[in-house]
Amino acid sequence: MSTSTSGTATPASTVVHRIAAPFRAVHWYLKEVMGENAYLHYLESFERRHGTRDGAMGEREFWRDLTDEQDRNPKVRCC
Amino acid sequence: MSVEYVKTDETLPPVAVVERPRWTPTKIVIWVAIALIAAIGWVMVAFVRGENLSASWFVAAAVGSYLIAFRFYAKFIEWKICRPDPSRATPAELKDNGRDFTPTDRRVLFGHHFAAISGAGPLVGPILAAQMGYLPGTLWIIFGVIIAGGVQDYMVLYFSMRRNGRSLGQMARDELGRVGGFIASVGILLIMTILIAVLGVVIINALAESPWGVFSIAMTIPIAVFMGVYMRYLRPGRVIETSVIGVALLVLAIIAGGWVHNNPVWAEVFHLDKTTLAWCLMIYGFFAAVLPVWVLLAPRDYLSTFMKIGTIVLLAVGILVVNPTVQMPAVTEFASNTSGPAFAGALFPFLFITIACGALSGFHALISSGTTPKLIEKESQARLIGYGGMLMESFVAIMALVAAVCLDKGIYFAMNAAEPLTGGTPQGAADFINNSLGMSGVQTSAEYLDQAAKDVGEESIISRTGGAPTLAMGMAHILHNVFGGPAWMSFWYHFAVMFEALFILTTIDAGTRVARFMLGDALGNFIPKFRDPSWNIGAWITTIVMVGAWGSILLMGVTDPLGGINTLFPLFGISNQLLAAIALAVVFALVCKSGYAKYAWIPGIPLVWDLAVTMTASWQKIFSSDPKLGYWAQHFAYRDAVAAGETSLGTTEGVEAMNAVVRNTFIQGTLSIIFAVVVLMVVVMALWAAFKSITAREPLPTTEEPYRPTRRFAPAGLIATKAEKEVQAQWDKLEPSAVRQREHS
Repeated sequence: MSTSTSGTATPASTVVHRIAAPFRAVHWYLKEVMGENAYLHYLESFERRHGTRDGAMGEREFWRDLTDEQDRNPKVRCC
Repeated sequence: MSVEYVKTDETLPPVAVVERPRWTPTKIVIWVAIALIAAIGWVMVAFVRGENLSASWFVAAAVGSYLIAFRFYAKFIEWKICRPDPSRATPAELKDNGRDFTPTDRRVLFGHHFAAISGAGPLVGPILAAQMGYLPGTLWIIFGVIIAGGVQDYMVLYFSMRRNGRSLGQMARDELGRVGGFIASVGILLIMTILIAVLGVVIINALAESPWGVFSIAMTIPIAVFMGVYMRYLRPGRVIETSVIGVALLVLAIIAGGWVHNNPVWAEVFHLDKTTLAWCLMIYGFFAAVLPVWVLLAPRDYLSTFMKIGTIVLLAVGILVVNPTVQMPAVTEFASNTSGPAFAGALFPFLFITIACGALSGFHALISSGTTPKLIEKESQARLIGYGGMLMESFVAIMALVAAVCLDKGIYFAMNAAEPLTGGTPQGAADFINNSLGMSGVQTSAEYLDQAAKDVGEESIISRTGGAPTLAMGMAHILHNVFGGPAWMSFWYHFAVMFEALFILTTIDAGTRVARFMLGDALGNFIPKFRDPSWNIGAWITTIVMVGAWGSILLMGVTDPLGGINTLFPLFGISNQLLAAIALAVVFALVCKSGYAKYAWIPGIPLVWDLAVTMTASWQKIFSSDPKLGYWAQHFAYRDAVAAGETSLGTTEGVEAMNAVVRNTFIQGTLSIIFAVVVLMVVVMALWAAFKSITAREPLPTTEEPYRPTRRFAPAGLIATKAEKEVQAQWDKLEPSAVRQREHS
């Protein structure tokens, strides 16, 4: 969950920040569960393995490959 | 409190924090309060018999019991058998490929796992079981998940995680040998076929003769294709945006369904009978399984996940805000006889068969092995994801039960009695309920039932069996109180039908596809070309075989003169629970082999219980002389009647219909025998494997992957502790290169 606070926070912006926090958390969770951040996680994984993001698939290529991979390895959905 | 920091590399921060918190007075007070809430909930649900039992007591009993089970029983299993090693790397870390193996945040993985295990099942079974009253179903859903379902999901997940995420079939082969593995795989394929077929019957029963429903469900196909094209070519990766557009179009499709319903010409076009719908579903299933995933399956899956989260939240809010009053008695006459209209058979074993998903569902073992274990960051998180995910599904089942038991009893039985009983008309249904239902305290009238149908924009609600329409009715009754008022009842009804159809279609799509691959794999033993996934003709052949297999059962179900769902649903439950028997037997063998035979009762109790249930049910379905119950008794009764030249028997009119019963009962009876025999063989082999490992002089060679130290940190449980947050901060400061996995020599 990225919740970056910029240097000099006025009391008003702190309040806004606090109020917005649960909404940001829900948005983050929804994005994660729905898989919107899949590309981001792929890049992180790539970097872990290769030490660099050079050579990783581009975003468009990645999303294509993601569904094509599901063609080859389908996943069960339960009842 | 003792805090221990686990390190695997001196240059890195700790990989785990092991904390042994002491019992503080505050904690004791909190747990006593939870126990009290659960206890009061149970007292109200189980013992207090008043006029106004409100739904919130069910929530109290369920949630309180879940928390206690998760904190104490699941923890006990963790201590005694699983023993997660905080320094051990999981397959997600070791085989990280940014894809099916990739370390995933525990909270997110919980969501993924839940979305994968839970579909229409927990929403359907409890509805049918409500005919026996609310108490038996509630007891089984809550205690079943604690003792059986959660245990199965957690332990399969755990053992698979220690074996690089191997599938249930592969684990069976490793533990029981090639023959055992082969039989288990055949069993899994057969069981998947029947599951898909029965889910198909459920959805067709909700859609038949309903132009509104058929139109809105049909619209999901172009909507999904549009989403697929949108994501592939226009906005790759915009999952939420695409899903929101999809849901908006879906809502539009539901509203437009109302216009179709009111337009005589269009209503006629979308007014389809069950047989036509079954063929549509088969053609759809074929294309969904052979078309590229991005066209239909992937967008439908996004839509389905989005709707799943949304509707469960909606239902929970509805139940808590409206807090409806229960209408159904605690225990009805049908709990003690075998003549319930929704499904035949006595409470034992058929209640436990009817409610599979939500209490114990074997299908979950296919996701707890193979898919989810490849994504776990830390071994200790398996309890949250496996056991916790199943508790969540159980809660969904409780909500579905509540929605059903808060419905008017007359409406409930009018919807769930098969057509031969009601004649399919409001007057026939009212006569049946008032005169021959066999349950006291239920009175209704044709006008009332007619009005109930009109309220939700349907021509008729009589004999809409299968559970889905009843749930939709229950949800409409609850939700219109919160959102929209009476005018919105028809919207909520069709909204509920829509999401159930969506879940089921997703299961059918994915199930057919997976089954096609399994069949291709099996045929590959004889004709290796079938293993080549790019061989289109092979893909078509295997798909046609699988669609033909479930399609023929589906056709049989929807044309069954005896009502279909009441004869087929037991087979669905039995096969699902038999799959659980296979999974629990493999787990049992593994526990013994791991040297924890002393605790083998943990999977042993659910295994014995599940075998007792499924074998009794199979026995009755095969050998019972009561034609209502036994497939073969019915088969012979009808065969003899046809042979004697009679033209009707019971509620079945005409020789053709009687021959259909002869045919259907033959297939159902044969399937019952095959399932029971296959599972018994697997269980015997598993017990033999367990016996061998207990009596072996030296420990048998393990199938577990060797230990590798982790180079990764993640909190052990759902909520990160203070110490864990501090360690996380240390990791966040590190350069990625410092964390990089070194080459293993």
